[in-house]
Parts: sequence; structure tokens; C-alpha cells
Amino acid sequence: MTSLIIVSVLAVAVLYLGLFKYKTALLPVSVTGLLAAAAMAAMDWDLEKMYFSEMMLFDNYAVAFSILLILTTLLIFGLSRNYFEKISNNVAEYYALMLFALAGGVVMVSFHNLAMLFIGIEILSISLYVLAGIRRKDPASNEASLKYFLMGAFATGFLLFGTALIYGATGSFNLAAIASSGAFESALFRAGVLLMMVGLSFKVSVAPFHTWTPDVYEGSPGLIAMFMATVVKTAGFAAFLRLFLMAFAEASAFWAITVAILCILTLFAGNITAVFQDRFKRLLAWSSVSHAGYLLLAILAVGFSASSAVLVYTIAYSLASVAAFGIMILVSRARGNDHLDSFNGLARTNPFLAFTLTLAVCSLAGIPLTAGFFGKFYVFKVALAQGYTWLVVLAVINAMIGIYYYFKVIIAMYMKENANAVAIQLNPGFRLVLSIVVFLIFLFGIFPGLIANIL
Amino acid sequence: MEDTLQTIQSIPLEHYIWFSTALFIVGVIGVLTRRNAIIILMSVELMLNAVNLLLAAFSVHHGDPSGQVFVFFIMAVAAAEVAVGLAIIVMIYRNTGSVDIDIMNKLKW
Repeated sequence: MTSLIIVSVLAVAVLYLGLFKYKTALLPVSVTGLLAAAAMAAMDWDLEKMYFSEMMLFDNYAVAFSILLILTTLLIFGLSRNYFEKISNNVAEYYALMLFALAGGVVMVSFHNLAMLFIGIEILSISLYVLAGIRRKDPASNEASLKYFLMGAFATGFLLFGTALIYGATGSFNLAAIASSGAFESALFRAGVLLMMVGLSFKVSVAPFHTWTPDVYEGSPGLIAMFMATVVKTAGFAAFLRLFLMAFAEASAFWAITVAILCILTLFAGNITAVFQDRFKRLLAWSSVSHAGYLLLAILAVGFSASSAVLVYTIAYSLASVAAFGIMILVSRARGNDHLDSFNGLARTNPFLAFTLTLAVCSLAGIPLTAGFFGKFYVFKVALAQGYTWLVVLAVINAMIGIYYYFKVIIAMYMKENANAVAIQLNPGFRLVLSIVVFLIFLFGIFPGLIANIL
Repeated sequence: MEDTLQTIQSIPLEHYIWFSTALFIVGVIGVLTRRNAIIILMSVELMLNAVNLLLAAFSVHHGDPSGQVFVFFIMAVAAAEVAVGLAIIVMIYRNTGSVDIDIMNKLKW
């Protein structure tokens, strides 16, 4: 709880720093505050405290995901020096809005009442609507913002209607009360679960509700797209799983088949469309859709250490995405665009960047010795333990399709030449963050036990 | 006050459910078929108001005030959402001179 307060106060403090033109203080203050928030979150470990008459519950699940969200934001802030200054004059707003979005994410992973789920999602989303459109003169950014806003508001309507129906069936918004209400057979309850599933699917870009994802990622500034792909997706899935684990687990026989169908649709839609992309940012956007499909596999296996599998997967995915989006930003800034041809010859001019990107896409594809392999491994394991063999077979086929398109960028970097490529200059922030990411991807890829048994 | 409550309670719950569902579906159809961004925003508000009505009806039915408190949450958040949404629409209108969502088709595939 203290960590949530720190993040919220920090966001307001950062706004005031912007008001009084202390631009150089923005980054140090944000980083210090986030470190303090992560430390305070870690101190809540094993306490299982309820707050605000059972509105929020800081159990180990909430603490682990809060720390993951805060540390991912920290990595993104590490890349942001001199980034926002180039886009606009109002730098403080970027930091403040990202911190507000983070506060929403922390609420989303720690809710114990449907009201807090709604509030968390909205705090996160409303900040992001603004962030997506923050390059006001850029038509692509405008379009991304409008699409995200209209889709997000539409999805909120479904989520709320589902919430209302569940309240009607069970008489409570409290997750524990819903789980013990025994109203799982009523039509109201079932319609409510399905509508909430639709609303959440929009937010985490599960097919067939994923259509906004590639457009919004492409139109938003690179770092914001990185934030959406990592923090927002992690928070969304943590909330999705928490809701279904704590409130709807008893009714799983009813909703499991729907989740399985959504999972197949998402995997195929994401992976097959990604094959045809020739711009790296859109490729990453479609791959983020496909990763939502793998994560749905874990939600199917509610109860069979699904939360642990989702945690490992989101850690691996967030690390790899930070590296991939970061290098995409560098390359598109230096070479004008993010077309796959822009990556030609990167191995010769910038061996470190090429190596990091190779590691990142290997992790996204799930190649052994990287963290992504164990992410997929645990997700498949819990799905198999639940008896979804056919689904895992389809997922493995999709993982192979994934390897094909992820390797296109590796081939561009190592096999193709670009005669007039010049070395890309790295600032210290990028070098530090990318080194940390490389180290962690290897560390968790070789010693998965470090994160696999946390929850 | 007692009279009003009794009048409200004398209407069966099913009527409220069907009425809210109808209102919600009108909102959904509005979002899906209209091309003007402001009218889409109004349709979304209609969806949210259908939810508010339903929550109030369930709240009376269960004799539990938390449903009505939730309505206040929804109203407050919807106001914030509309503020941001209208700002986005104004920004687009300044750049393109139109609020038609069909001109928003530069990003594809």
C-alpha cells in the first residue's frame, strides 16, 4: 500500500517539478521515488494485508506483480533521457502520466473488489489515451490516440455491464463474496462473466478484440509503445488472472472453453499477421498480440500454479520487449524509419546492439538459454497439467511460426550488408539498461528457479 | 421517499434488466455504426448509463447500498474519460478540420 501512495505522490511531485521548470531533477526524482516504491512493496511480502474495508488485498501475488511493474517502469525511465525532450517541451507531463498509469497498474494487480478493478483500469487507460496522442501535430499520433480512446471506452462499457450483472447475481462486488456466493448457474452470472471477459480482452488485446493494437503501437511514440507492451500488458493479465482466480475459479468449467477459443484465435491472428509485416514496430505489435495468446493458456489452468507461470512469462516478455523496442527506437532515429531493411548491417556497425536484439528476439521466440524459453515452458506445463494437450500442440506450432518472423530481423542484421551504415551512438542510459536486460535474460534463462518459485 | 421506494420496488427486476440491456445494445449499435467521433462518445455514455440504471436497480433489489456507490464511481470516471476524449477530438479537429473517424485511416496493417 505504501508503494501505491509513493507512486501517486511521486506523480504529483513530478508535475510540480515541471511547473517550476526543474527539468534536470525530473529523472533523478522519479528514479529515486520508484526505487523507494519497489522497496516498500517488497516490505509487504507475506503480510497479506487488506485495505479500505476489503477493497484491496496486498498478498504476495500483488506484491510480486507490483514490483515487476515498478521495475519495468524504472527500465523504461532509464531509456528516456533526452527522448521526450526531442518530442515536446512538456517533459514533466510524460513522467507524471507514466507514473499515474503505473499507479493504476498497481491498483489493477492488488484489487479485491470489482470497483477497484474498474478504477485501476481507468487510471491506467486514461493516462495512456493522453500519452498515445502526446505528439499533438503528428497525424499518426492523433489517430492512435483516438482509436485507443474509442476502443478503450467501448471496452469499459462491456466490463461495467458484466460487473453489474455479476453484482445482480451475487449481491456483492467483493471477490471472496462472489466466489462463495454459489450463483454460478444463474444466467445473469454467466452473461456477466462473458461480458467482463470481453472487456478485459479488449484491454489486453486478445483476438478478436485486438484490432486497435498495431495501429496504436505504431502511432504512439516508441517509449510509450514500449510502456504499453510491457507494463500495461503485465498489469492487464495480472488483473485478468486475479479476477478469474479469486472470483470465478469455481465456474471454470463454464468459461474455460471460451478462453480456449480466444486463445487459439489470438495465437493464429497474431503470429500469421506478424509474418507479413515489414516494419519492426508493427511486427512487435503483432507479436505482442500473439504473446497475449500464450498468456491465456495460463489463465485456462487456474489453480495449477498459473500465477507463477504468468509471472515468469511476463518477466521474460517485459525484459525482451524493453530491449527490442529500445533498439527499434535507436535504429529508427538514426536511419529514418523502422523498416526491417534499416537493420541491415547492424552487426558490423554496432555489434553490441545486434547481439542484444538477437538475444531479445530469441527470448520472445522462446529459444533455450533465454528467459523467454522458461516463460513458454511453464505456461505450457500448467496447460498440460490441466489436460489441454491439443491446445499446447497448437501453441507450439505458433511458436514455430514465431521463430520464422523473429529471425527475419536477425538475418537482416547479420547476413545483409548496408554499405553506407554508420555506427549508432548510445547514451549511457541506453547502455546501462540494455546491459541489465542482457544480464537478466541470461540469468533467468539459465537459473529459472530464481523466479519460478516466488509465488 | 418511502412511496417512491415502494413504487420502484413494485416493478419486477426483470423489467429493469431488459430495459438496461436494450439501452446498452442501442449504445453498442451507435458505437458500431456511427462515423462521427462525438456521436460515438455519446453512444458510449449511453452504454455507461445503462449500467448505472442496472446497478441502481440491483442495489434496491438486494437492499445493499454498494451498488449505488459504484454508480458514483462510474459517473466520476466517465466525466474524466469524457474530458480526455473531447480533448483528443478537439486536437484532431484542429489538425484535420473534421471529426469523422473515416479520415483516421492512415495506419493500416
